[in-house]
Amino acid sequence: MFTILMYIVAFGFLILSFIKDKSKTSAALKKAWKSFENILPQFLAILVIIGIMLAVLSPEVISGLIGEKSGWLGMLMASVVGSVTLIPGFVAFPLASALLESGAGFRQIAVFISTLMMVGIVTIPLEIQYFGKKAAILRNSFAFVFSFLVAIAIGVVLR
Amino acid sequence: MKMLVKRYKFFLVLIVINIVIYALYPTIGQRSINITWSNTVEMLSVIPPIFILLGLLDVWVQRETMIKLMGEKSGILGILIAFFLGSAAAGPLYAAFPMAGVLLKKGSKFSNVLIFIGAWSTTKIPMLLFEASALGWMFMITRFVINIPGIILIAYITEKLLNPNEKQYIFDSAGR
Repeated sequence: MFTILMYIVAFGFLILSFIKDKSKTSAALKKAWKSFENILPQFLAILVIIGIMLAVLSPEVISGLIGEKSGWLGMLMASVVGSVTLIPGFVAFPLASALLESGAGFRQIAVFISTLMMVGIVTIPLEIQYFGKKAAILRNSFAFVFSFLVAIAIGVVLR
Repeated sequence: MKMLVKRYKFFLVLIVINIVIYALYPTIGQRSINITWSNTVEMLSVIPPIFILLGLLDVWVQRETMIKLMGEKSGILGILIAFFLGSAAAGPLYAAFPMAGVLLKKGSKFSNVLIFIGAWSTTKIPMLLFEASALGWMFMITRFVINIPGIILIAYITEKLLNPNEKQYIFDSAGR
């Protein structure tokens, strides 16, 4: 649904651009292709790493790691799994909801979801390429710590 | 050809690893190939509009305009635009970095680019709806309410901890 909206917006602007200036439009498309081709090797590598990782860390394994463990150990475990894996939202949320049902706490789930979204160990080489080493490491470290704050808040709100 | 192999060497090594896994543990290897394939299809279907918009942004939006909207002195407007751009997007976080590169190149403030990344990672609208339906509205809203200041704080502290040389280096490499 949302992707279709993105296509409509992108092609809408593309047509508008073409009507206004053909050469600029072709420059834009060249730029789009060049940027894509530039990071394609990293993209493909990330995709294969995610594939191998998720094949090993199947939902059952993740459940085992986070599921029954509670307290700080459970949160720590959840944060590590969340940081190293890269699961698309449409898989992650049902998984999180299943984890809740199988006995994981809200705090553990909050840490898992937050690190999953904000911390990317697999994508850090790509991030470094754009932001430099220091900024990338700082951003990920802060996001990691922040995920625990989110979890504490979730723990207070959802008792 | 040699160039191509060199650029893709890490990817090729990973393919070999996957084949080795497949030989040793067929079920895991097969599952890995399936996941990689479906993610690749997913990526290729989501990514074209992102890069088209990136190209158009690069060609049409003047540096001066971008500096006014998201630059050093853009203030609250820059923060709002960064949040909007990130939240309105679709696609995995790693697709956001090339876009961030263009924003930097055009003269956006570094903290605003980090806010854009933060918003892309956590406050994407379709993801929020999905989160609410899977984990409940209270869970989603609590996280959302904390994430907004959290993203801004992370962005500002990260920028503050970089010295001018390091920031200059980031902007210079974005220009290339």
